[in-house]
Amino acid sequence: MTALLEVTDLRKTYGGTTAVDGVSFTLPPGGALGLVGESGSGKTTTARMLVGLERPDSGSITVLGQPLGAQVRGRAARLARAKAIQIVFQDPYLSLDARLTIGATLDGVLRLHGQGDRVARAARIRELLGQVGLGDREAAALPRHLSGGQRQRAAIARALAVEPAVLVLDEAVSALDVSVQAQVLNVLTDIRREAGIGLVFVSHDLAVVRYVCDEALVLLRGRPVEHRPMEELLDNPDHDYTRLLLDSVPHPGWDPESIARRRRAA
Amino acid sequence: MSTTVLVRRPLLGRLRGGFLAQGWLFRVCLVLLVGFVVVAVFAPWLAPQDPTMGDFANTMAGPGADHLLGTDQGGHDTFSALLVGARTSLLGPLGVVVFSTVVGIAVGLFSGWRGGWVDAVIGRVLDILFAFPSLLLAILAVALFGKGLGAPVLAMAVAYMPYTARLVRGLTAQEKNRPYVSAYLVQGHAPVYVAVRRLLPNLGPTVLAQSTVNFGYALLDLAALSFLGLGVQPPTPDWGAMINQAEAAVLQGQPLSAVVPAVAVVLVVVAFNVVGEQFGDQLARRDAK
Amino acid sequence: MTLLSVEGLTVELPGSARPVLDAVDLSVAAGEVVGLVGESGSGKSVTARSALGLLPAKARVTGRVLVEGKDLVGADAAHLREVRTGVASMVFQDPRAGINPVRRIGDFLTEPLRLTKGWSKRQAEARALELLAAVGLPDPPRHLRQYPHQLSGGMLQRVMIAGALAGEPRLLLCDEPTTALDVSTQAEILALLGGLQRERGLGLLLITHDIELAAASCDRVYVMYAGRIVEEASAGELFGSPRHPYTRGLLGSTPPLTGPLERLRPVPGAPMSLAESAPGCAFAARCDFAEPGRCDQSPPRLLPVPGAADRSAACVRVAELPPVVATEVRS
Repeated sequence: MTALLEVTDLRKTYGGTTAVDGVSFTLPPGGALGLVGESGSGKTTTARMLVGLERPDSGSITVLGQPLGAQVRGRAARLARAKAIQIVFQDPYLSLDARLTIGATLDGVLRLHGQGDRVARAARIRELLGQVGLGDREAAALPRHLSGGQRQRAAIARALAVEPAVLVLDEAVSALDVSVQAQVLNVLTDIRREAGIGLVFVSHDLAVVRYVCDEALVLLRGRPVEHRPMEELLDNPDHDYTRLLLDSVPHPGWDPESIARRRRAA
Repeated sequence: MSTTVLVRRPLLGRLRGGFLAQGWLFRVCLVLLVGFVVVAVFAPWLAPQDPTMGDFANTMAGPGADHLLGTDQGGHDTFSALLVGARTSLLGPLGVVVFSTVVGIAVGLFSGWRGGWVDAVIGRVLDILFAFPSLLLAILAVALFGKGLGAPVLAMAVAYMPYTARLVRGLTAQEKNRPYVSAYLVQGHAPVYVAVRRLLPNLGPTVLAQSTVNFGYALLDLAALSFLGLGVQPPTPDWGAMINQAEAAVLQGQPLSAVVPAVAVVLVVVAFNVVGEQFGDQLARRDAK
Repeated sequence: MTLLSVEGLTVELPGSARPVLDAVDLSVAAGEVVGLVGESGSGKSVTARSALGLLPAKARVTGRVLVEGKDLVGADAAHLREVRTGVASMVFQDPRAGINPVRRIGDFLTEPLRLTKGWSKRQAEARALELLAAVGLPDPPRHLRQYPHQLSGGMLQRVMIAGALAGEPRLLLCDEPTTALDVSTQAEILALLGGLQRERGLGLLLITHDIELAAASCDRVYVMYAGRIVEEASAGELFGSPRHPYTRGLLGSTPPLTGPLERLRPVPGAPMSLAESAPGCAFAARCDFAEPGRCDQSPPRLLPVPGAADRSAACVRVAELPPVVATEVRS
């Protein structure tokens, strides 16, 4: 079976600093991988390279056997790349065009991707919004009249409108209130199951990654330190850094002192 | 988003926080501007006399039944000249603003979107253009291409362009990093389409505010040029030229033919400033929410 | 001794449909770590700021905010200054926003001491060195000369805590002190705060959106929703058996790190904004247990939960709700 997404040895430096160094992974069809790390881990840079917003210094990205060029020229190539990977960003307040209603935003995506019939587009918009739990009222609304959770769902619908093979979520739930975050997490697990889309879930929150993903790749200062199935990683972390991350999550009987001591020792 | 409108001279800066921030002033100024535009459009029908024709029996006359606001030394009716003069006086700055805004947007958008060394070079060129006073550039143009409205308008458009260009350049550089712009690119839209059709409209209100302020200053500059006798040439009525023509009348103790166009210039410039700044303030408030 | 006692504090802003704070009762005693949990717009930050007398300028305020027994509502400037420089101080979410980026760490720490206490430069610097050492920074003399951008977020938050300790406060208000920081840094900052709190016997109010963080690090926790306190309990009880439907919803929305992975049961809808209001319980519109005719009549009062000592909940149906299936307590 061909891998849905195959990433080999991605590398990116800015000036003298290495942002991403030697990141490789494969994603099976319908798989979900968590890219876990803290600030400066290179997880967001990796996400941006996947969708072509940053050009890797070296390494390759292959979707369904087709290598994605770093530079895309021409309309057909752009649309093909768009169909390979889409992304949802962190900030629900800046990720939608403030001038357009949610419906108009989705309509633009569908038109770009060759859906010429207006009636068919309207039906598809309703279907997409339904998938993320939004309705006609939200379709007619401007982003500023929606809550953060509704906007983030609209952003997911916008990405799904392209019908991508892979969806990258760059800290897509971390700006949301807990009660709303859970709604969006359920939307994500549903679309993964129903649409068979591969997910690359970028997050610093291991509990959230566990809920969405089968496996996780832990990044530290741009380098992968551990890449294993999620439950294995949580039960029996190999790397000290993974263990530190795990212990840092507050839980009953939590002892921040011991973590602080370990960090000082490290 | 920063919505600082680049005001060339802080004409109203000190008053801004005070009574000028009030809504009534904005409304008065807006009505005033609309009034001037209506007058300019319908001037030939509104004017009681032909301002290009001198009434030689009544030169330098005071206000009266025949001449509502008196006449100048050539016997031209001041009131009619004021009305008809509104046309050239408003049309000139309009040309400056339209041209400088269109070119400024193009330059700023290209520079801000491209970034890198292209942006750096354009930034330097804009800095150099900033160094030229607009009036000086206009006088230079007159020296090269002759008197009239055309050459100074073009020269001043070039001088005003950097204000819009720098504003648009800064806003574009900021806006292009916003995720909604990235999302358009990831969806497969052409970069040119994203920049022009998607990013630019989001800058519209800010650019409009800048252009409105520019209009006031352009009017002032062009009036100054006409006053110096380098702009609109008599007998074509123009406020700046009227002030110039009124010199003899002022010496004769009939200042009205100079005061009337001067007041008109001041009113329009102030009104444009107030309206433009109010636009800017409203944007800032909307963004703060 | 009760350090902070907020009594029936109601804060109304012109132009909003509901009060920002609605009859909030809350207390913090010396030596106690109290959590205040809520989502955006719940009023948790406004509550904390009220303890410094920092209330929105145009607000209509009723109720009392007693700090060491003296009311801050309507207090004069001298009294407010006394409280802010000596009794209570605050640590904010984003350390970078709270410090002047072009001034040295040393200036940030010594200036308030010299201005409010009239200390000499040398005295103030000696004190600043002590403070930097107390918050566990490795090289205090060097940090004094450094600029904010030369320190990481976690180190800068330590500097902010040092600044908050400068006036020897007895009450420390921490408003999301780790939200802007990395997870592993979060543990360090909380270890530091916990250590300082025990050493100095401080009363500590920890404001957070993270109910697990509050449960793990506090003695007692208040849960806020739409400007009201909806539940008060000891941290262990709150986490083990939440009583208010909103608290249950929060816990049901939090994915677990260990144990069986069930589908999350999110609270439908979004937190109530200031532009919305409800005649009855503010949570009723999102509540699975809401009953027409009972929950939408008048705002439920925060009352002791029958049969549970030291617990209160603001829910008319609290006694009738089915018990929560005990969530597995994690190691």
